[in-house]
Amino acid sequence: MHELALCQALMDQVDRVARDQSAARVVSIHLGIGPLSGVEPGLLSQAFPIASAGSLAADAELVITSLPVVVHCQECGCQSEVQPTRLLCTHCGAWQTTLVSGDEMLLERVEVICEKNTPMQARRVLHS
Amino acid sequence: MCDSCGCNVTPGNAHLVKAGGALHRTDDGREAVSVLRSLLHENDHTAAHNRQHFDQHGVLAINLMSSPGAGKTALLEATIKRLGKELSIAVIEGDLETENDAERIRRHGVPAIQITTGSACHLDAHMVHDALHQLDLAALDIVFIENVGNLVCPASFDLGQHVNVILLSVPEGDDKPAKYPVMFRAADLVLLSKCDLLPLLDDFSTDNARRHLRELANPAEVFELSAKTGDGMTQWLDWVMDSEARLEHRLGELHIDSQADATAAS
Repeated sequence: MHELALCQALMDQVDRVARDQSAARVVSIHLGIGPLSGVEPGLLSQAFPIASAGSLAADAELVITSLPVVVHCQECGCQSEVQPTRLLCTHCGAWQTTLVSGDEMLLERVEVICEKNTPMQARRVLHS
Repeated sequence: MCDSCGCNVTPGNAHLVKAGGALHRTDDGREAVSVLRSLLHENDHTAAHNRQHFDQHGVLAINLMSSPGAGKTALLEATIKRLGKELSIAVIEGDLETENDAERIRRHGVPAIQITTGSACHLDAHMVHDALHQLDLAALDIVFIENVGNLVCPASFDLGQHVNVILLSVPEGDDKPAKYPVMFRAADLVLLSKCDLLPLLDDFSTDNARRHLRELANPAEVFELSAKTGDGMTQWLDWVMDSEARLEHRLGELHIDSQADATAAS
């Protein structure tokens, strides 16, 4: 996939969150990525310093959680953790399953440091 | 997945929502803001807008995806030849370079908009939106979107289509669904193309191709055809006609519902 383009889209969202919170800077960005999303976490991490350069998130930590592939069986009702290329129920072997988790590419959480924590005078200077 | 009804909360991320609400402040002055939004939010938003355009005009949008050279353009040419008189068709062509495919389609008297993506190896909803404004949707029944030949990236970008049709050509090998699960999971219909080559390439098993697709929990139908000889084309053409009729029916029901709502409100 286009990890750099995706990372730039991520930075737009992070930037919006940071501005909404009047943040001084972004400390960390937390993503949840499932293997069936088509996103390669390693490539996303490599693209991050390029996409974040010069932004409020330039020094932020990018934390990527790999989410498991979980299916729900329509035949026996069981839930199982499976491989991304084999979405069969591990209990009864049926292929009639629905994906419960594993195709996410989510911006879950952004940690920011806010201007509210700086002294009032300093805040005025920042706004002027 | 959307960002409004909660369907983006999965067992993998539910703890975030439950933990401290949308806004959680820690002791050291940090604020943790829960977002839970797809990284492709902008694209998905435009895709929904495109779908609205298609629905408003009762136009069925079919996203055709495959490897390069699997026969997407040849399939479209054969389809236009057979259905061109009954249905009003237009094609949006995605390629890195050249107008070649659009020119092939235009020779059959059908409007074709070529999107050249430069170095981008997939179409996105914004590109399709720009192309839509060059088409007279009111005069159309079906828009085929021929995506860039690629089994990786196009799968992740919603364009606003109603259905995804994926071609798997016989020379590619029958294990492509296992190798490209993201793409083949997205298929609403799989066409095994260039089936006239099956006698020559006897290591391709149509049963194996189906089995690999089912292992991705995809119930999509699989048709075998050859656009060159015409074998198997009828089944595909019937599917296209049925899909178009189903869309018309669904939109008709929605129209009746909205009229009933308006009457009840007045």
